[in-house]
Amino acid sequence: MTYSKTVILDEAGIKRALTRISHEILERNKGLENIVLIGIRSGGAYLAAELAKLIEIIEGENAPCGTVDITLYRDDYSGAMPHQAVGKTEIPLSLEGKKVVLVDDVLFTGRTIRAAMDALMDHGRPECIQLAVLIDRGHRELPIRADFVGRNVPTSLKENVEVVFDSSHHPQEVILEK
Amino acid sequence: MPEFKHKDIIALRDLTRGDMELLLKTAESMREINSREIKKVPTLRGKTIINLFYESSTRTRTSFEIAGKRLSADTVNITPSSSSATKGETLADTALNLLAMKPDIIVMRHSVSGSHYFLSKKLPNCSIINAGDGTHEHPSQGLLDMLTIRDHFGRLDSLKVAIIGDITHSRVARSNIQGLTKMGSEVFLAGPPTMMPPGAAKLGNVTVCKNIKEAIADADVVMMLRIQQERQGKTLMPNAREYSRYFGLNPENLKLARPGAMVMHPGPINRGVEMSSYVVDGAQSHILRQVENGVAVRMSMLYHVCGGEIE
Repeated sequence: MTYSKTVILDEAGIKRALTRISHEILERNKGLENIVLIGIRSGGAYLAAELAKLIEIIEGENAPCGTVDITLYRDDYSGAMPHQAVGKTEIPLSLEGKKVVLVDDVLFTGRTIRAAMDALMDHGRPECIQLAVLIDRGHRELPIRADFVGRNVPTSLKENVEVVFDSSHHPQEVILEK
Repeated sequence: MPEFKHKDIIALRDLTRGDMELLLKTAESMREINSREIKKVPTLRGKTIINLFYESSTRTRTSFEIAGKRLSADTVNITPSSSSATKGETLADTALNLLAMKPDIIVMRHSVSGSHYFLSKKLPNCSIINAGDGTHEHPSQGLLDMLTIRDHFGRLDSLKVAIIGDITHSRVARSNIQGLTKMGSEVFLAGPPTMMPPGAAKLGNVTVCKNIKEAIADADVVMMLRIQQERQGKTLMPNAREYSRYFGLNPENLKLARPGAMVMHPGPINRGVEMSSYVVDGAQSHILRQVENGVAVRMSMLYHVCGGEIE
């Protein structure tokens, strides 16, 4: 099998997609009131920071930002593989009554999102959770859909989608590997 | 990404610097759970942990029990007074009987050094965590001490750590010597000659000092050990007052250490013997921080041994 790598979104494309998502978040929620952006470590957390910056430019206001690590909530946790270190969950405030926008880079089976939602619920009962992803590549294994999508990319299970970040965590490009 | 590939945690001597970094990093993340309103994650759901304590313990056993429960494991405590050990059952038989109940982790404290290696060989499919074995090691205490020091200084390398007291009987000292020297700290030991093991200098990359002043001078951390009256006879020190005079930590000799040096003690403290109350309750004391970090470190240990060992 030959290995090939295609860029499906470049830096400017990512910026446009994130800008549109920022507008959509503000439109859907009629502003920033009660909004908290929570990124899933690590890609989602970097994108949540980008979204917060764009939202500040558009609205002139800051949205609180947090990070959730889902390692301890995984469902494929088993004794069969050695465990990696657990990353930090940093949620600066109680999520009780907040409108949480959960941010991830690539939406695939939906299992990561399920784990993240369980983790968020342990930090209080949010009014609602909305999901923003840069790429939706399909193949859901759970009844989960995104509220805000940067780009829908039909893929086969043999392919892999990756968002590449530079050393200061800015998204550079999205690549499709097969 | 580094991974933890050990089935058991019996001694810090068996772990690499990388293993210990991983355990400390996870412990830092675990701390967040302990400060939440809902202090529980589902990670070890369905796992059974047996706390088998042949020696008395409040802090360590409670801490391991809380750690297991916060990770959603089922924890069962067995203490000697209520176990078959008093009826003459051997450790091997107890172990095989427990194994029939299919535990995933056994956390054991035992008065015989090295008993965990024996247990580990008997139970190849169960993880063993050492909560103190005789005068050998106490790895969870070593790790939580390292975490407390790293919280304060932001690093573990090139720090001067003085460990003072009954080195011969101290498993806490042995684990700290192993851990701290691997992380790049310099360790200085001091204690009465009767409590300094022959060949103390060979315990690791350590300096044995003649008196407490020499060890404390310019230290970043002063770690006092408990006088273990249950392990030593009456012959090792004339009386507590004399010990306190020559090897106790008080506000006076603490001034020899670096300004703002950390004072630590694994507990339980004999107030007025190893340390004066002024120091125990003073601004430089980190003793309660140690206990707090204990839960996070033990969560990290339970989490990582459950990952299985793939060599």
